[in-house]
Parts: sequence; structure tokens; C-alpha cells
Amino acid sequence: MGTGRHRIFWDRAIRWLSAFAILCILAILAILIGIISYNGWGKLSWEFLTAAPTNGMTSGGIFPAIFGTVALVLLMSIFVAPAGVFVAIYFSEYANRNSWFYYISRQAVNNLAGVPSIVFGLFGLGFFVQFVGKGIDRTFNGGELAYGQPALIWAALTMAVLTLPVVVVSVEEALQSVPRSYREASYALGSTKSQAVFRVVLPHAMPGVLTGSVLAVSRAAGEVAPILFVGAAYFLPHIPTRLTDQFMHLGYHVFIMSTQSPDVDATKPLLYSTVFVLLALTFILNAVAVLIRARMRVAQRSV
Amino acid sequence: MDLLNRGISWRSARDWMIARFIRVSAWLSIAIMFLILVFIAKEALPLFYEPDAMAEVGWSRLFLPQNYGTPDAPLKYSWHPVSVEPKYSLMPLLLGTLKVTVIAMIFSIPLALAAAIFTAEFASKWGREILKPIVEMLAGFPSVVLGFFALIVLASWIQDLFNFDFRLNAIVAGVALSLAVIPIIYTVCEDALSAVPRKLREASWALGATRAETTMRIVLPAAMPGIFAGIVLGFGRAIGETMIVLMASGNAAITSWSFTDSTRTLPATIAAELAEVVFGSAHYRVLFFLGLLLFLITFVLNSTGSWVISRLKSKLSGES
Repeated sequence: MGTGRHRIFWDRAIRWLSAFAILCILAILAILIGIISYNGWGKLSWEFLTAAPTNGMTSGGIFPAIFGTVALVLLMSIFVAPAGVFVAIYFSEYANRNSWFYYISRQAVNNLAGVPSIVFGLFGLGFFVQFVGKGIDRTFNGGELAYGQPALIWAALTMAVLTLPVVVVSVEEALQSVPRSYREASYALGSTKSQAVFRVVLPHAMPGVLTGSVLAVSRAAGEVAPILFVGAAYFLPHIPTRLTDQFMHLGYHVFIMSTQSPDVDATKPLLYSTVFVLLALTFILNAVAVLIRARMRVAQRSV
Repeated sequence: MDLLNRGISWRSARDWMIARFIRVSAWLSIAIMFLILVFIAKEALPLFYEPDAMAEVGWSRLFLPQNYGTPDAPLKYSWHPVSVEPKYSLMPLLLGTLKVTVIAMIFSIPLALAAAIFTAEFASKWGREILKPIVEMLAGFPSVVLGFFALIVLASWIQDLFNFDFRLNAIVAGVALSLAVIPIIYTVCEDALSAVPRKLREASWALGATRAETTMRIVLPAAMPGIFAGIVLGFGRAIGETMIVLMASGNAAITSWSFTDSTRTLPATIAAELAEVVFGSAHYRVLFFLGLLLFLITFVLNSTGSWVISRLKSKLSGES
């Protein structure tokens, strides 16, 4: 153990080193946010948010990308929210926690959360576009190409698959925090299990459903790799109006502007502003999720 | 009485149907994992039985050094899928992935682990409640934003400081990638450290150990499986991350051990090339094969990680 002075020295050294590590991480965060906000603030204007890109992305705005992102995440939520709720209800209310089926489906959700996003892109192309889309075309359109190509609907479904674990975890947490006495009171009044779940427990877990959906939306707004091959477009003259249209996406737009701009110096200010908008969007969504969750906890505590 | 009976049986039938439905929907996640595997394998595996694809690719061309050009030319690993004689050696890509991932881990493990130690062991309760969500904000950064930052800002800084031959190289990509890995390792390690029962610490203090001695010799060993799991999960994320590496690594598929060379990884290759390949061609199938490899590698890593975490949880909760 060494002498007393040595021991005090090491005690201090380890405390300071670990404090230094966390300071480094906080500094990285501050630098990231600082640089992006400082450079991104300049070009930000109402016009930037409502105009289309012009002159090969060296001027104009990002409205089509914002519109495409919003359309994508709304459509995705329609698919992922109910699916996530049902899986979470199984985990929280119906599953026998010692059964093999519970174990395997739990592992599947955990693993799904760790699948690389580019693999979801391949899956979207191989399954939704080539298999489902082509299948629809063959069966209903007489082989005419409509669904068997990259489209908004396939991108939304791919994103829904990717964000399913986010919703499941969040909803399950909310279901678990509904006090047991609520379920018992409901049974005491003669309700069946499904009535207790859907009329008593689930309504109280609604903030969790909302939190999960918001987190999923925030994730989907920033993911680019999964939609590279299933519907995101480089540039479109019109905003998408049908499910089979391609669309522009904020994250993809950032990627395109950073790597394929014809004039880097002219694009840079716009690029910073686009990144700023994307980052602000994800952070606001995350903050909303945190607030809903905090309010839910307070409400539960007061019961 | 008859009416009431019928009412009850209808209610219980409905209850039974809903329970069935919920149980069936729980298959969803299993079905998705299964479909991902099947549909990626379906596009990739013809590589190994279709005559055309076998003539062009085959196992030996993917993994063994090849002779290109004159008969006495040295054997080489080379990835050039679009050329007169397409070359599909996976070695440059595997090596590139390894290099970038190793750099990301070298930066992220010490930082994230030390930060987790500070948060769990030395910070006040109040400091902990603020620090954890702030560090986890890093996980909320879209990877394309981190890629953008690496490409536009970080690459220039590293260029000015070290003046490497290539502006975009494995080091730039690895450092940027570590930003995405840090929050994962941090969260899992912090959870593992704070799950160690307080009575272990108190016993150590009572024997006269300092705070740091307790942390290093009692808490860290007890939480070791969780720390291992965090590193494994972070490693899985680093291998599969696409946009950061695609934007910051320079994307040259060269076989080199140098960390300052421009580098290309498995996911970045898929992202960069899939949009331009002919559907059903050998190149297309090789890219799906890369995806299959990625899926299997991360599947093993994530299963290991979550298995270790669940064992640690039951062990520690049994002790306290």
C-alpha cells in the first residue's frame, strides 16, 4: 500500500485524471455545438427555410429537404408507434419472464438496436424495394414499374424497422411505471386482462408512447445510411406528393453538400446552416422527450 | 342469466383473441431479424453457386492474394471492382475497417471509462444527475453531423498540426468515430459501476482504503464484466458506422498498415458503391456479402455484450 504520502498522491491523481477525462468530453461537446452554431447562425433566415436549393446548392434554401424529412418521419411514426406499443405490451404485461420465447424476443430487440444502419439500407433495398415492391408491381400493376423502385414509403418502412427498439424500450419503461394497484383495481371491478391493459394501463403510459415516438423521429431525422438506396434523392425539382415518389432528406442533403458540391467555398455557409437546422431539430426533439418523461415521473410520484 | 352468460363468454373470447394478437406481434422483432438475414443472404450467396458470379469472384479471389497482369508479377490484395479485370479482394477493406476501429477504440476507451469512473465514484449526486445526460447528448448527434465535422473542421486541424500526406486518413476517421463510440462505452460502464453495491465500498473504506484505492481495487474488478460489455458494444458500433467513415476516411482502398494513409472500410464501401452497380451483377452480390459479414459480426458482438450485461445484473442484484 506504500507510505501515506504516496497513497494520498495516487488518490488525488486518479480523481484529477478522471475529472480531466470528463472535462475533455464536455469540451468536445462545447466545441462541436459552438462551431456549428457560430457558423450556422449567419445564413439562417426565413427564406433559407422556405426556398429550394438553387445554382447547384451554392445558393437558395433547404425547404424540400425539410419537407422530405418531415414526410418521412411522420409516415414512419404511423408504422412504428403501433408496432412498438404491441411489442412493449407483450414484454410488460403478457410475457412469462422465464419462458424461452420471452428471452429470444428480448434478445431480438436488443440485437436489432445494434444492427449497423447501412445493413438496414441493404435490407430495405433487398426486402421492401426488390421483394415487396416488385411483388406488388407484378401482381397488381401487370409488371409496370411503380412500387418496385426507391420510394418514400419504402424509406419510411426501413426507418420504422430501425427505430422499433427505441419505441419498444420507451413504451415498456412507461408501462412498467404504472402502479400495480391500477391493474388490481381494474380487475376488482371485474375487467378482463385486455380491458385492464388497454383501458387503464395503456392510457396512463401514453406519455411513454409519445416519448418513444419523439425519440424515434429524432433518430430517423438524422440517419442517412439506411435511406441511401431506398428513396433519398440528390435533388428534386418538386416536393414529393405520392408514396412512390423519391424525396430529399436533411441528413442526406448535408452529406451531398459536404462531398459533392461543385463549389466548396460557396456551399460552406449554407452547409453550416443546414447542419445547424438538423442538429437543432434533433436536440429539440430530444429535449421534448426528456420533458415528457420528467413530467410523467412527477405525475407518477404524486399518485 | 342466459344473456349474462353469453356476455361473459363473448368478453372472455375477446380477451383471449387480444392476448393471442399481442403474442403474435411479439414475433415481430424476431421476424425482422430473420428477414434481414434471409434477404441479405439471398442477394449475397448466389456469389458462391451461380456460374457467372463464381467465374468472376469465388472464395480465393475474396480472401487470397492474386496474380494480376504478367505471370511473374507479385501476388497482391486489391479491391478494384470497376476495371477491365475486376478485382474483389476483401483484405484492403477488412484491414481499413480494423485500422479505423482500433484508432476509435484507443481514443474512446480511456476517455469514456475515466469519465464513467468520475461520474459514478467521485461526482456528487447532483453532479451525476447533470453530467450523465450531458455526455449522453453526444449520442444524439446524427452521424452525418459528426462526419461533416470531421471532414470540414477536424481534418483541417489535424492537417495543420501533423501535416500527414493525406488530409483524410484513418486517424481523422478514427478520432471522429470515437465521438460516436464514447457515449456508448460511457453509459454502459457508468451503469455497471453504479450497480456495484455500496456495502462493498463501505467495507473497503472501513479498512482504511482511500476513495481511489477502493475504486481501482474493489469497484472496478466487481464491474469488470460490465466494462467489458461496454467495450464490446462500442466496438460493434465502430465497425458498423457508415457516414462518419464515408466522409472522413478518404475512401482509398489500399492495402497498407499505415494509419496516415487514406482508408476505406466495409460499410463505407457499401454506401459508396451500391448506388452505381448493376442489379444482380457480381459486384452487387459482393456488396451484399459485405453487408452479411457486417450483420454477422455485429450480431455476435451485440449478443455477447447483452449476455454479459444480463449476467452481471443478476449477479450484482443477488449480492446486495
